[in-house]
Amino acid sequence: MKVIVNIQLKDGVLDPQGKAVHHALTSLKFNEVNNVRIGKQIILDVDTSDIHTAQQRVETMCEELLANTVIENYTIEFPTC
Amino acid sequence: MLVAVIVFPGTNCEIDTKYAFEKLGQSVTLVFHKEEQLPQGTDLVVLPGGFSHGDYLRSAAIAKFSPIMKTVIAFANAGGRVLGICNGFQMLLEAHLLPGAMKRNENVHFISKFQHLKVINNNNTFLKKCAVGSLLNVPIAHGEGSYYIDQEGLNQLYANEQVLLTYCDELGGAENPNGSVDAIACICNKAKNVFGLMPHPERAIETILGSDDGVKMLEGFIN
Repeated sequence: MKVIVNIQLKDGVLDPQGKAVHHALTSLKFNEVNNVRIGKQIILDVDTSDIHTAQQRVETMCEELLANTVIENYTIEFPTC
Repeated sequence: MLVAVIVFPGTNCEIDTKYAFEKLGQSVTLVFHKEEQLPQGTDLVVLPGGFSHGDYLRSAAIAKFSPIMKTVIAFANAGGRVLGICNGFQMLLEAHLLPGAMKRNENVHFISKFQHLKVINNNNTFLKKCAVGSLLNVPIAHGEGSYYIDQEGLNQLYANEQVLLTYCDELGGAENPNGSVDAIACICNKAKNVFGLMPHPERAIETILGSDDGVKMLEGFIN
């Protein structure tokens, strides 16, 4: 089963990468961009067909390793394909 | 004193750290991260600088699962003294031995230069030989050194005298190279036996190389 984990800096935590990219977009005249936040996406192939089990296991993975919950939030998605 | 310097894949400051403590007359053992025990009679564990596990995922995110870290965490929780320098500081944060987290530098660049630091508190083993308010000139070299902690955590750090060093300019005025909260460069835990800092005292050991301010810092651990 394919599981997608998206990790973002929490609101209120300054994202210097996003800020730099926003600055670059503005200098390229993409003035309609109000804000840029950069995160990371981790795609897992998990050996289970039970979505509930996968959700629980991947949450634990996020808490223990994939995200630093002091500064980052995560979301877990199960893409249908 | 026996100093155990832990070596992870990607660590690159272990020899400098060994040199510094040996220059101060101490015995130093390098301990590979796959070991499960510290050498008998270890007085101080140093987690040195570098790029453990290639800094993949986040700096030091993977190092906390190395076999030796279980022992280091138990050692720290039992009151043993632990010093984390640069990548080692990041490990202490990831392992929750120190509060807060480390982010990319605010200017998104890797910064490598001499940096002045101001002593905020010396009521601890590490900085007891450094006067409060005095300045130290010590190299920094990091890409993820922007220290973050929420307001409540910050208040607790101050209340418990856990903020030890801040970045400053050569006159002691405000300067913040990486965007750390309150320009914090060094903290300790509540029990004052675990210390983490981004600057490299082990690289400030010889005047001929620019500064020996690191000597009086590391000497704090020596009785």
